[in-house]
Amino acid sequence: MNAILDWAIHFATLCFALSMVFGTVRLIIGPAAPDRVLALDAVYINGMLGALVLGIRFGTTVYFDIALLIGLFGFVGATAMAKFLLRGEVIEP
Amino acid sequence: MNGAELSPWIALPAAALLVLGGLLGLLGALGLLRLSDFYARIHAPTLANTLGAGCVLIASILVSSAIAERPVVHEVLITLCVILSSPVTAMLLMRAAVYRDR
Amino acid sequence: MRRLTGRILLPLALLVAWVLLNDTLSFGQVLLGALFAMLISLAIRRLRPLAAQPRRLHLLFGLIWHVLMDVIRSNIAVAGVILGATKRQPNVGFIRIPLDMRDPHGLAMLAVILTATPGTVWTDLSPDTNELTLHVLDLKDEAGWVRLIKDRYERPLMEIFE
Repeated sequence: MNAILDWAIHFATLCFALSMVFGTVRLIIGPAAPDRVLALDAVYINGMLGALVLGIRFGTTVYFDIALLIGLFGFVGATAMAKFLLRGEVIEP
Repeated sequence: MNGAELSPWIALPAAALLVLGGLLGLLGALGLLRLSDFYARIHAPTLANTLGAGCVLIASILVSSAIAERPVVHEVLITLCVILSSPVTAMLLMRAAVYRDR
Repeated sequence: MRRLTGRILLPLALLVAWVLLNDTLSFGQVLLGALFAMLISLAIRRLRPLAAQPRRLHLLFGLIWHVLMDVIRSNIAVAGVILGATKRQPNVGFIRIPLDMRDPHGLAMLAVILTATPGTVWTDLSPDTNELTLHVLDLKDEAGWVRLIKDRYERPLMEIFE
C-alpha cells in the first residue's frame, strides 16, 4: 500500500517542481511588472507546497516550520512589491 | 516514508489528495504560462492557492497523524495563512495593473 | 452580549493559533498562550479603532459551506478554461455590482471570499456610490453573477455584521 503513497509523493514533488519552473519562465519573460510579481507569488506558493510534500515523504515536522516561514515571508514580499507597483512606496507616512 | 507501514485507509486517500493537489498546482502554473492577457493570468494561480493547498494540507494532516498516532492538526495554520493572505496580494496586483493601464 | 462576542473572538483565535503552532495541549503552554492572547488583544485595541460586532455566528457555518462548494466548482471551471486555452482564449471582463452592505468588516470578508474563489478578483469599490467592480475570467451571464453574489454572499454577511 505504501508503494502507491510513495508514487503519489514523487508525482506531487515533480508537479510542484515543474510549476516552479513554469513560474520562473513567466518571471523572466513576463511583459509587465505585475506579471513578474504574480509569477513570484505562484513560485513561492508552489515551493511551500513542495516543502510540505517533502515533509510527508521524510515523516518529520521540520518541514512544517519551513513551509510556514516560506508562506509568511513570501506573502510579505509579494504584497510589498504589489503595493510598490500600486502607489510607488510601500510604507506610507 | 521510512519504515512505518501505514494502513490503506490512510495511504490511499492521502495518495489521491497528493496527486490531485499536484495536478492543480501544475494547472495553475500552466495557466500562468498559456493565458495571453494579464487579466486572465491573475486567475490561474488561485487554483494552487485554494484547492491545491487544501488537498496537500489534508494529506499532510492524515499522514502525520498516522505516524504520530495522535491527531496532528497544526497544518491548519498554514491553510488559514495561505487562504487569508493570497487574496490580499491578488487584489493589490489587480489594482496595480488597472492603475498602470489607465 | 453582542459586545462580549466581538471582544472575545480575537483572544480566542490567538490562543488557538498558539496551541496549533506549539502542537501541544499541555497546561503550561495553554496558560502562556492565554496570557499572550490577552496582552496582544489589549495592545491591538488601540490600533483597531473599529471593533467588529458580529452576531448570529451560526450563519457563518452555512456561508463557509457555500464558499467551499463554490471554490470546488469554480476550480473545475477554471481548470477547463486553462486546458482549452489553445483553442479559445477566455472572455475576460469587468462587471459592476451595486452593494447594499456598508460595514467594513463585512466588505473585507466579501473581498476575501470573492478573490479566493478562482475566476473572480475584487478590483475596486467606489466610496461614494458603493459600487463594486469585479473582474471575471469567463464572463457569460452578467445578471447571473450579480444575482449570485447578492443572494449567496452579501445577504448572509449583512445579517452577520449589520
